[in-house]
Amino acid sequence: MPLPREDVEATTPKFLRDKYAIVGVGETSYTRGSDKSTRALASIAVRNAMEDAGLKSSEIDGMLSYQFNDSVFSPFVAGDLGIRLNFYMDVFGGGSSTEALIGIAIGVIEAGLCKTVVIFRSMNGFSQVRIGGTGVRSAIPVSGDMMHSRAYGWQSAGQMFAPTFMRHMHDFGTTAEQVAHVRVAHSHHASNNPKAYYKKRVTAEDVVNSRMICKPLHLLDCCVETDNANAIIVTTAERAKDLKHPLVRIRGVVGRCCKPRADMHYQAGPISTVAGHYARDILWPNSGVSPDDVDLTGSYDAFTFTTMLQLEDYGFCKKGEGGHYVSDGTIMLGGKRPNNTSGGHLCEGYTHGIAMVIENVRQLRHDADDSCPIGPDGRRQHTYDYREGGCRQVKNAEVSANFGWAMPGTGSAMVMRRG
Amino acid sequence: MISAQYLGMPLEINDLDHENLNYFAYCAKHEFRLQRCASCKLLRYPPTTACPWCSELVSEWVPVEGRGSVHSYTEVHHAIQPAFKPYTPYLVLLVELDTQSGVPTKEEGLRVIGNLVRPDGVLAPKAEVEQVGIGSRVRMVFTDIAPGLALPQWTIDETEAGGAPWRYRE
Repeated sequence: MPLPREDVEATTPKFLRDKYAIVGVGETSYTRGSDKSTRALASIAVRNAMEDAGLKSSEIDGMLSYQFNDSVFSPFVAGDLGIRLNFYMDVFGGGSSTEALIGIAIGVIEAGLCKTVVIFRSMNGFSQVRIGGTGVRSAIPVSGDMMHSRAYGWQSAGQMFAPTFMRHMHDFGTTAEQVAHVRVAHSHHASNNPKAYYKKRVTAEDVVNSRMICKPLHLLDCCVETDNANAIIVTTAERAKDLKHPLVRIRGVVGRCCKPRADMHYQAGPISTVAGHYARDILWPNSGVSPDDVDLTGSYDAFTFTTMLQLEDYGFCKKGEGGHYVSDGTIMLGGKRPNNTSGGHLCEGYTHGIAMVIENVRQLRHDADDSCPIGPDGRRQHTYDYREGGCRQVKNAEVSANFGWAMPGTGSAMVMRRG
Repeated sequence: MISAQYLGMPLEINDLDHENLNYFAYCAKHEFRLQRCASCKLLRYPPTTACPWCSELVSEWVPVEGRGSVHSYTEVHHAIQPAFKPYTPYLVLLVELDTQSGVPTKEEGLRVIGNLVRPDGVLAPKAEVEQVGIGSRVRMVFTDIAPGLALPQWTIDETEAGGAPWRYRE
């Protein structure tokens, strides 16, 4: 049977739009020094997600995870929790994985391989394999493609991405002070997140006056390294109707969409353009929404610049105006379209993207876990007073968008909606 | 197998990595060569097994002039590798070669990584680091690491004055 014409350009056929939901989210605490193995962290996070969903181990039969040779594999976590698997897969990768794996979860459930999938990322990113690249990661021999990168002292994420950031400043006049406002916004959000590792609010001056790491990145332009695990449970919206939380439906996903020359994307310019430039042409048509419909975003903040570049290339402002977009109040709580209301990787903790999806699930449930009082119905009575230590629930949040980032040339994305 | 130590790092090119063995064998003779596709005739960087434009497997190594302009850069103040720390701040340069610039499309070019070094291949001092930015003219030199292994690098091209480069504003 031929597909309707309007679906030809879309990777997600329309019949999948809203058919799947995220029904459970959970995590460990964010620490520097978890004193736990990645197996223990993962098992705790998955168990918390199961409790959040109200699902028993017998009701989960699929598992997905991602890692960099720095974590536990699915069979051990499933074994710990008494989950008998009909499907599992542990993939290699970082910040572009969460949304891509949610797409895979939809695919394998749709294909009948299993019914309910839990996705986790577990890492001791501070106390074992440091995400910033120091320690064991910098001790391995330099070979193959690394002869054209690490041999030049060009290896950490910040160092590798910096030519894109610098070129954006060169091409469009973007300033360090403008981009520093990403840290300002996320630090304000983190101050209202009891889970966040860094809760202190900072100013743009604090950011640009912090010590230089590699231009244009100051210390406070960079995210925190932490130990933690996070988990998400995906199943059909039909099955989710019986569960306890308001439905959070998946509208559309993009998985690891790349610029040309994914091996070394700097060969194909403009290098101030990132993968979102391509991913948006899949995301918005598949989701049936446009940037104007989005109430809050989760744009990956390994660095202040990654948030800015993606919001620009996914189309929330004109090309080149990202510096203005992130510094005019739009992305702050109380602004038109807050970004990373948990404080994100810059402040809450570093999770390779999965926590930003978890935050938006809670926002769409209207159940951000801030310090607002819990009412007699067991639900938070949100005040929408965003002063320090207060509320971080976005009022009337209906549609969210997440933008995962592996590197300037590769990204993933997802749109979710309430109800 | 080529194996050597450089600034505290073990460098290794194994016997199966023919593309990098060939590339660095020329570098060891202080020759800069890139693969030219036998089918579409385009040069490519870094070394690859097939042509990024037409997937052709056959190529030949041809001499390429090591001159170009800085397309972007980062200036590293906090080194990850301990042995780089005495050289901070050091520059990682993304240099667009004059050869094949804007080919096959306007936004493409051969953008070759390297550090800013002195003509003898040692990482450049701060005074030179602070002169270089986007648009700077540079020429290739080599850092000799061990018999049979040298890294292509960039140094300021004294023969070309050029305008003031774009630098990150402090």
